[in-house]
Amino acid sequence: MSATWQPKPARPAPTHVVGVWGWMRQNLFATPGDVLLTIIAALALYYTIDVVFHWAIIDASFSGTDRTACLKEVQGACWPFIEAKFGQFIYGRYPEAERWRVDLVYLIGFVGLVPLLVPQIGWKRANVIFMLGPFPIFAFLMLTGGAFGLVAVETTDWGGLLVTLVVAITGIVASLPLGILLALGRRSEMSIVRSLCIGFIEIFRGVPLITVLFMASVMLPLFLPDGVNFDKLMRCLIGVALFSSAYMAEVIRGGLQAIPKGQYEAAAALGLGYWRVTGLVVLPQALKMTIPGIVNTFIGLFKDTTLVLIVGLFDLLGIVQFHFTDASWATPETHITGYVFAAFVFWVFCFAMSRYSIFMENRLSTDRD
Amino acid sequence: MAQPIVQIRQLNKWYGNFHVLRDIDLDVAQGEKIVICGPSGSGKSTLIRCINRLEEHQEGTLMFDGEEIGDGTKSLEDVRKNIGMVFQQFNLFPHMTVLENCALAPMWVLQMPKAEAEAVARKFLERVRIPDQADKYPGQLSGGQQQRVAIARALCMNPKVMLFDEPTSALDPEMIKEVLDVMVELGDEGMTMVCVTHEMGFARQVADRVIFMDAGEIVEQNNPEAFFANPQNERTKLFLSQVL
Repeated sequence: MSATWQPKPARPAPTHVVGVWGWMRQNLFATPGDVLLTIIAALALYYTIDVVFHWAIIDASFSGTDRTACLKEVQGACWPFIEAKFGQFIYGRYPEAERWRVDLVYLIGFVGLVPLLVPQIGWKRANVIFMLGPFPIFAFLMLTGGAFGLVAVETTDWGGLLVTLVVAITGIVASLPLGILLALGRRSEMSIVRSLCIGFIEIFRGVPLITVLFMASVMLPLFLPDGVNFDKLMRCLIGVALFSSAYMAEVIRGGLQAIPKGQYEAAAALGLGYWRVTGLVVLPQALKMTIPGIVNTFIGLFKDTTLVLIVGLFDLLGIVQFHFTDASWATPETHITGYVFAAFVFWVFCFAMSRYSIFMENRLSTDRD
Repeated sequence: MAQPIVQIRQLNKWYGNFHVLRDIDLDVAQGEKIVICGPSGSGKSTLIRCINRLEEHQEGTLMFDGEEIGDGTKSLEDVRKNIGMVFQQFNLFPHMTVLENCALAPMWVLQMPKAEAEAVARKFLERVRIPDQADKYPGQLSGGQQQRVAIARALCMNPKVMLFDEPTSALDPEMIKEVLDVMVELGDEGMTMVCVTHEMGFARQVADRVIFMDAGEIVEQNNPEAFFANPQNERTKLFLSQVL
């Protein structure tokens, strides 16, 4: 005699664990302690939002042309200050008649970047080539001028968001490939290459960015022959790029170490050489694994650009602070409004990078569909 | 008689001071199927990994298809593309689909156009009986399916020899047979195979020769009937009494 086994049919989950009520019961009101914590958190949230809302909107001034607009009895944010100085914050001392050149670079950069970030849009190869080849050259010629009938604009006149973006984007674009090469070099079997990479990484990681910037702007000229002098902004760019590539190298090395030896062996056994094993099998996995760390370094780099103030370049934060000294806008709320504005702009960029990295992580995940 | 495809003479290898392989002599003829067995740590995996130089030997000579493999080998890639290898842990590339895993080496090593490489890949996926999984990622397959993909990946290079390094040791019992069936078919088609395995049933069914290794030496070798029915060495008898 034999019995035939039939699997039991699946039933739907009990109603008290699904839906909005199920979620709230499980996450907010599961125990008396949870109820208490939920209430405290709700009150704290309400209080915070109330304070911010009053300061930023209800008690704030929105129009005016000088400090008198922001001297109410109960004064919130002084938004006219931002409005009046907005051009300075975005372009620095870039001549007003030439600002269209910056706008054009922003526009083309934006138009080039968006299709690069959206996976559904094709032409990725052409897009990358454009963004890494013609675009930087175009941006350089456009921003510095001095050719094609454009008025030359010294980099000492650049400022605000323009400097922040130029330093950050150059640093980001340069530090990733440099970091990859340094990480590979540090794991190389060739001892000279390995020693050089370790030396570079440890020196730049062991020194504060401020020191690197100082050295780049003050000490470097001492080593160069007389008459050879290159731009201060350029020296900062190189300093920032080298500094962040050392950090990037260590992040990527972490990813490389997590790749099982079997992956190298399987790829090598198929007849792939070192660069193909690295480029086709190891790096794609290592980079995917280290996206959080890479983006962390990018975000750190973006915020560290504020340090260029130390060598006399005015980035966004620097120029905001600079305009606090304008007597015609001297009010008790000017400082905080300016700082909130600068913080908000930095936050928007950093948060965008963070969200995009999460999106990429999910998209690249091959664990399951 | 044709020249053996693999010719090993007095091969010695050390890991630091540990003598792993001791005076190994082994010829593998064209089309021959060899099973290597032995206790763990006996050097059997190390031996087959020396054949495609995933391990370096220190003494002796190792010839593959008339070319010496050693420090002087000019292009290791040219040797390796002719030797397929299947690993215990599959070692599929997790960031590529099954099809991409198989088409990778034909495209980048044999310089095949993509469409042709994918056609080759599909052909071999058909042969290991998983054509319908081509667009999935390795992580979505069972162990047995992954190992069959690994076999297909190696076959796509049209190798002269296939090396199997304990291909079924990491598999659930229910999946061992599907992999062995593929290997049996491969043997029937005339592929030259060197398999490190504990599957004695497979050895009986497919092998032309069974080699028993212990402590880095080849202790005994014979055709499977004689090897299993009438082992000569005491060490072999002990081993067989424990695995059979």
